[in-house]
Amino acid sequence: MTHVYASSIIPASVDQVWKVVRDFNALPGWHPAIAESRIEEGRPADQVGCVRAFRLKDGGFIREQLLALSDYDFSCSYAILESPMGVENYVAVMKLSPVTDGNRCFAEWYADFDCAPEREAELTASIGGGVFQGGFDALKSRFGG
Amino acid sequence: MVTVHRSTVIQAPLAAVWAILRDFNGHDRWHPAVARSDLEAGRKTDQIGAVRNFRLETGEALREQLLSLSDKDHSLRYAIVESDVPLQNYIAEIKLKPVTDGNGTFCTWTSRFDAPKGRADELAALVADGVYVAGFEAIRKRVTSAPPSAPSVRSQVGPGMDGMAMGIKRYGGPDELQPVEIKAPVPGPGEVRLAQTAIGVNYIDVYCRTGYFKLLSPPGVPGMEAVGTVIDIGPGVRHLSVGQRVGYACPPVGAYATVRTMSAALVIPLPDRIDDATAAAGLLKGMSAEFLLHRVHPVKKGETVLIYAPAGGVGRLLCQWAAYLGATVIGATSSEEKARLARASGAHHVILPGSDSLEDQVRAITKGRGVDVIYDAVGRDSFAHSVEALAPCGHLISFGQASGDIGTWDIGSLAAKSITLSRPNFAHYTDTPEKVQAITQRLFQAIDQRIVAIEPARRYKLSDAAQAHRALEGRQTTGASILIPDDLYR
Repeated sequence: MTHVYASSIIPASVDQVWKVVRDFNALPGWHPAIAESRIEEGRPADQVGCVRAFRLKDGGFIREQLLALSDYDFSCSYAILESPMGVENYVAVMKLSPVTDGNRCFAEWYADFDCAPEREAELTASIGGGVFQGGFDALKSRFGG
Repeated sequence: MVTVHRSTVIQAPLAAVWAILRDFNGHDRWHPAVARSDLEAGRKTDQIGAVRNFRLETGEALREQLLSLSDKDHSLRYAIVESDVPLQNYIAEIKLKPVTDGNGTFCTWTSRFDAPKGRADELAALVADGVYVAGFEAIRKRVTSAPPSAPSVRSQVGPGMDGMAMGIKRYGGPDELQPVEIKAPVPGPGEVRLAQTAIGVNYIDVYCRTGYFKLLSPPGVPGMEAVGTVIDIGPGVRHLSVGQRVGYACPPVGAYATVRTMSAALVIPLPDRIDDATAAAGLLKGMSAEFLLHRVHPVKKGETVLIYAPAGGVGRLLCQWAAYLGATVIGATSSEEKARLARASGAHHVILPGSDSLEDQVRAITKGRGVDVIYDAVGRDSFAHSVEALAPCGHLISFGQASGDIGTWDIGSLAAKSITLSRPNFAHYTDTPEKVQAITQRLFQAIDQRIVAIEPARRYKLSDAAQAHRALEGRQTTGASILIPDDLYR
């Protein structure tokens, strides 16, 4: 099992950032790698168990299922059902925590997955650097960081 | 019930912040509210259940007990067991998390307690501001000023830092290793300068010294593995910070030195839980075992694996890890003592020199089939036996030649069994930071989960490097050897 972890400080309150990332169908609105997204079977985007089907700007198609969503912990967990990445048993968590001495929050994004050993380094870099850090960078610039 | 929660971001590596907070008896050295701290009953500072006696600057006394401490989560919890301040049923938690985007640390300090009627607000403010926020500020000041781990060397920063190395003027025997004075230059772009604390000794260093491998052209300094502390970093280096504990295991040579300036991309931060001696003894050998078992030939459950020199540094790790992966492990060694070590490392069968050849003994164990994979660093004396001992479609991994050059070999003969032959080179598996990171991540995990155990290494003074080489070449050693700079050796 491979573990990828990324974290960052976003210059906005936890409530402001949570409002953006809480919406399981909103990736195209804030993540630079995502072109379009929809929720399957017309379910609400905050219904645990719903599936988002989205397309990356590079053309890749991914389906992910919402496993957990907590407005109390500011956290969300999801699993990949289908993707061109060559990962299995992929489960990710995104979590926000308030930083009490300023208008900013601590954001964590991490995943565990299985993959072919020779692809581990490349996937670690593309997931941790591209997906997670790329998302953080977009949030930071969105909130003026 | 009152809940108090404070958090902050400190611009310093997590290891530096944790080093301060982890010491349950250290508050009197950094927290402005604490005048004195003493541990009761001779307990250790990281012993769960230990009780600290605080005397506050304002005169009150309190006793607090350590409930949990985790070097994995970088968290600790404690309870007040007796106090002049009326905080009842007080349980607090401190937790640190790394900010990977910029090398900072996210710190939280949280507690819940009961307060006497009417005093909740006053006590919550005291705890939040007087203890937690004041504590964060004190730590921030401490870790962002001069690093405590390298104050003496820091003051010497100048055009070049003087140091000592064990170098050779020409290829030859162990006694060619002689002390030389060196200067470690100020790190340029992408470079780091290290104060080294422990240096790994590997068989490849012998090849460098004798000229068998042309990794070193005399005059020069051998050595490919060491651990140390970051003295300073050059422009553009983002994954390291001053005072951090780091290690490396890779070419170029030059590790037999007290101080070294090198490419920062080759240097990896070490987890706190892995000490200097363990890392210096295990980094290169552990990384070798990782790529041999996971990349050159991913060992699968049910395979039979033959490992030569199973009592050696790499050999023991190969046995432990291959057995964990579900393989049947056969060790081939030379003495009953080494056979015991091999069995202790997980070898299911051990082959010793006897009336039957190695291949006959392998066939007896495998019911005539032979083995699926062979890890052979013996070379000349073993190669032909290895070919014989393989099962059809077997994989022979020749990763060293301790007994001498294998010479030329007719590859047509490998067709008799459809043999796959690999001759991996450590350098090609470790030549980018991404590869090194992936390999070391799995290695550190394997150490954490006790899948592999790095044995305590035999220690030599750096100036006694020749003695370490003689022992290695004389086959007197089992496990690893390390060199310690003379002024740190005790």
